[in-house]
Amino acid sequence: MSKKVRRYEASTGYRGSEDYIVSDDLRNSVNIAIALQKPLLIKGEPGTGKTMLAQSIADSLDKELIIWNIKSTTKAQEGLYVYDTVQRLYDSQFGEGDVANIKKYIKLGKLGEAFITSEPVVLLIDEIDKADLEFPNDLLWELDQMSFYIPETKETIGAVHRPIVVITSNAEKELPDAFLRRCIFHYIEFPDPEGMERIIKVHHPNLEKRLLEQAMETFYMLRNVPNIQKKPSTSELIDWLQALVVGGISPNRIKQDLPFLGVLLKKNEDLDTLLNQLHGKTQSRSPNYASSSLNRYRY
Amino acid sequence: MFTKFFYTLKNFGVPVSMNEWQALLEALEGGMAGSSLTGFYYLCRAVLVKTEAHYDRFDIAFAAFFGDIETPEGLPDKIWEWLNKELPELEITDEMRNNHQQLDLDELKRMLEERLAEQDEEHHGGNRWIGTGGTSPFGHSGYHPGGIRIGGQSRNLSAVKVAGMRRFQEFRTDETLGVRQFQVALRKLRQFTTRLEGARTELDLDGTVNKTCDNAGRLELVWERPRDNAIKVLLLMDAGGSMLTYSRLCNQLFTAVNRSNHFKDLQIFYFHNCIYDWLYHDPACRQNDYTDTEYVLRTYSPDYRVIIVGDASMAPYELMRVGGIIDWDLHNDKPGIEWLRRIRQHFEYSAWLNPIPRNYWDWMDGAFTIRKISEIFPMQPLTVDGLEKAITALRSKQAVAVN
Repeated sequence: MSKKVRRYEASTGYRGSEDYIVSDDLRNSVNIAIALQKPLLIKGEPGTGKTMLAQSIADSLDKELIIWNIKSTTKAQEGLYVYDTVQRLYDSQFGEGDVANIKKYIKLGKLGEAFITSEPVVLLIDEIDKADLEFPNDLLWELDQMSFYIPETKETIGAVHRPIVVITSNAEKELPDAFLRRCIFHYIEFPDPEGMERIIKVHHPNLEKRLLEQAMETFYMLRNVPNIQKKPSTSELIDWLQALVVGGISPNRIKQDLPFLGVLLKKNEDLDTLLNQLHGKTQSRSPNYASSSLNRYRY
Repeated sequence: MFTKFFYTLKNFGVPVSMNEWQALLEALEGGMAGSSLTGFYYLCRAVLVKTEAHYDRFDIAFAAFFGDIETPEGLPDKIWEWLNKELPELEITDEMRNNHQQLDLDELKRMLEERLAEQDEEHHGGNRWIGTGGTSPFGHSGYHPGGIRIGGQSRNLSAVKVAGMRRFQEFRTDETLGVRQFQVALRKLRQFTTRLEGARTELDLDGTVNKTCDNAGRLELVWERPRDNAIKVLLLMDAGGSMLTYSRLCNQLFTAVNRSNHFKDLQIFYFHNCIYDWLYHDPACRQNDYTDTEYVLRTYSPDYRVIIVGDASMAPYELMRVGGIIDWDLHNDKPGIEWLRRIRQHFEYSAWLNPIPRNYWDWMDGAFTIRKISEIFPMQPLTVDGLEKAITALRSKQAVAVN
């Protein structure tokens, strides 16, 4: 391996930024990834700040952030470069520009962009699991070697500085093992109430204590309702608090009225489920037998 | 010592490769673990473990391996002697908690080094020197929220205890061997959309060349509709007690189906032994977490491919009689077999996968119900082979046997 491991200096590493609370183990993982020069793969529930992390790393290390958003139709090639043949064909038809110069029609993608910048950058590959199953495999070489070859121009684009690569995944799909082996992996846990309070303080520094208490209690209550398909997450809680403040809701009413519920629960089914639960509508499905305790005996 | 840890991890089912091990050693050389076991724990986990499903196995392996070694090495012997004394537990007040802000690990290490250089006598209690009790960040049996424990037992949950907490237990998915084969088999379950609907977004190269030639060289682009898989899948899994034996196999299939991203829609329900009025949302078959079978029949169109996984062996009355349901407090007005027939009639593309090997079907306990059910659904054993056959069956409509 030609890569040199940088001596780890805690003082120069990533330490979190003002608007982003980072847990110790996450900060460790980031620094390990930076030092080992491997991509950092971040998984976790939606809304636990996976995407924000890249921004925070960029801010804290004072680097530019390049974001490559992955969609279900994204191909690995697009991140490297696109050869705009259609434009070239058009130009040749109407005699515009120098068609002989293929370079003109090669457009670098986000990954390519991150390679050729003169300053080291942070590259975020967002929601990699959205793409096809083979997508990560197609990027193995490029992420490993930080270079790729353009056959059309017989050029090799190599990274001037190895970018810090952060990859996020919502765990919609498993990623291939070969890809995983090359990454540093971190799973962001859903924050416990204490951690959550710290996060909220960053976003709403002057929140009334009682409002926060009530809102948090309601929030964790909602998360624990069984059979909710899309559990409300951190970002939704922050939006909700904003709505509560703007709406001037009295803290005493939060638990009873559940105001602005639509901010927390985004699915109709979830709202129905919740209402069913709250009104104690238990559907009795046992006309003949009522002893539910016996139900434990399964064979 | 480290190489042993590598094999311990492997034994506990954490798939580590040489590649990652190399990376870990590099990281250790770079001093990234600090000199604390906690630092080492997080470093190992970040480098070696690649999915939250394996966090739990890693925790167990780590606790098993380092359970006895809770101390950084390389401290002078006399410090060990000072520390080898047990003390009564220190009472911790809130005030004390507030007095100690968390110290940074590096700062701690620096301070520890300084103190090692300065300290020349045994020390117990107090808040500065290395020793037992007290609130100095160094030593054991004392209290300091961010201190380094040296020797002794953990009193206030620090260092390696994190691993023992096993917070990631619920992420286990278990057993991935053979998943890939299932996955490959499932890939064959696809049917491309017709080219009659949807937006024309793909450049048809051949068409373009033809048209352009027709126009004597004047470019004309031809677009066509992309081909997508239109297959929708409904997976019904038996989560009854008798299925426990086959849980590994079923998990593999489950993982493979879940990983398959080429289905247009994938719905999963669970049932207990036989299907009656309710289909449950999770394997626990909790009775407040279900969808009516009736609703499923009404909502999902007949072009859903239905894969039922179950051992199909139960007491004959469970299948044939009104009220035959195994759950004591539930009652079914229609016998299970009727529900199965209705499902089969509605979903013409359906198949039953049975984890019991085929040559047991005729004589084991549930032989009667297995025979009855296989008269309704085309039944295949749950093997890669059987899955492939079932998928072939799912691609075309099979005759529905209604007796």
